[in-house]
Amino acid sequence: MKYTVLIYESEADFSARTDAKRQDAYWGAYRAYTKALTEAGVMVGGAPLQPGHLATTIRQRDGKRHVQDGPYAEAKEQLGGYYVIEVPDLDKALEWAARCPAASSGAVEVRPNLPM
Amino acid sequence: MSHAEAELAARTAYGRLLAYLAAGWRDVASAEDALGDAFLAALETWPRAGVPDKPEAWLLAAARRRLVDGARHAKVEVTAAAGLQMVIERVQHEVSSDAIFPDERLRLLFVCAHPAIDEAARTPLMLQTVLGLDAARIASAFLVSPAAMGQRLVRVKAKIRDAGIRFEIPEPHELPERLEAYGSGWEDVAGADARRRGLAEEAIWLGRLVAGLVPGEPEARGLLALMLHCEARRAARRDANGGYVPLARQNVARWSRGTMDEAEEILAAAAREKKPGRFQLEAAIQSAHARRAVTGRTDWEAIALLYEGLLRCAPTVGARVGHAAALAEARGAAAGLAALDALVPATIRTYQPYWALRAHLLGSLGRAAEARHAYGLAIGMCEDPAARAFLVGQAASA
Repeated sequence: MKYTVLIYESEADFSARTDAKRQDAYWGAYRAYTKALTEAGVMVGGAPLQPGHLATTIRQRDGKRHVQDGPYAEAKEQLGGYYVIEVPDLDKALEWAARCPAASSGAVEVRPNLPM
Repeated sequence: MSHAEAELAARTAYGRLLAYLAAGWRDVASAEDALGDAFLAALETWPRAGVPDKPEAWLLAAARRRLVDGARHAKVEVTAAAGLQMVIERVQHEVSSDAIFPDERLRLLFVCAHPAIDEAARTPLMLQTVLGLDAARIASAFLVSPAAMGQRLVRVKAKIRDAGIRFEIPEPHELPERLEAYGSGWEDVAGADARRRGLAEEAIWLGRLVAGLVPGEPEARGLLALMLHCEARRAARRDANGGYVPLARQNVARWSRGTMDEAEEILAAAAREKKPGRFQLEAAIQSAHARRAVTGRTDWEAIALLYEGLLRCAPTVGARVGHAAALAEARGAAAGLAALDALVPATIRTYQPYWALRAHLLGSLGRAAEARHAYGLAIGMCEDPAARAFLVGQAASA
């Protein structure tokens, strides 16, 4: 089954990406996690995302477009990236999600993909 | 009464009441519902009418009424009818003799560890029925979604009822297998992968209960000694900044002497039975590590030998990796690496401790590129941020 692991990061996580003191640890942890997923043969895809302030959100209502700066919902933790993994069941998906660096600093959401 | 004492008292009462009801009724789920209703009734009644002289007897009577009413209203199946009769007889017996009701928790524990019960559900079922922990907390400890854990528990309880699993103390020849089923749910208390995080106290409480209820079974004591030895080092596993400290670098002054002494006494008592087994061996390995507090050194050759004994009776992947680590310390990194190389690839592919040890051994053999690769995997599979930071530091110096 395919699952998407959605990574919600705190402000501190986002700033660690470019902070000279913390960026090695930050990227090192994600590189290692990605490598572990790949070598275990469960990695399907994924992407890191730029912070929420670079997001643009669009809504179409009654034929009118509403474009707004920022993410669709303001929250303390923001979507920072995602992985798509292929594992036998939810238990295995949760095992991998718990190993994601964001699990101990922000939050990690696991959703089964809709089979298409 | 302190909070911890109150919790212990509640736990003891809950487990004993549920075990007694479930053993008579042979239906854990109905007994839980009835007991839950009895607790609710107590919450409504006791503040008004005062706490009864024998609160447990009151709760038991209320739960029994609920069970009997429920059975009368529902279609009474043959097995349930037999259970109903048994409960009624027990009520009469208790009223006539005024006996304190017997402790059936061991029967309930062994039902939870029954071979017919899904392995993954055994320990959660014990926690829920004997300790009264809620499904959400159990789900977190086992890294399972609360909804899925709830369904699993419901399914196994239906199986206990429908398959007519006997609420009996197993025959002596069945005992080791059941104890193994019970104990294997708790191995990770050692903290190898922190899976059972936050449940060490509960594990030890259950361990004491079982060791006390089957005093003739040395493996039950071995398991308790194992848990206590691991618990004794809890404080030493983190430094002042919350950083991870591996066993070999732990400050022995921070190990709990009282807990270690208790573990040693229990293990010695188990050894006097002269029936060695898996948990006694695992406890003996921890006991050998604990000797460092006295002698200032670790006898790795002795530990490697104990692991060899353990591999003969319980060849788990964890024991194999532990054996390799002991060999590396006793006879050099190459010997440890050779033991790791002999493992079946499919069993260690996503087993984090294997990669952490492999990285360490490759690093000390000067095989830097391979060490970095193994460190990458060990870090990527690490769940604990403190252990991850430790490995990142190790990798940088490899």
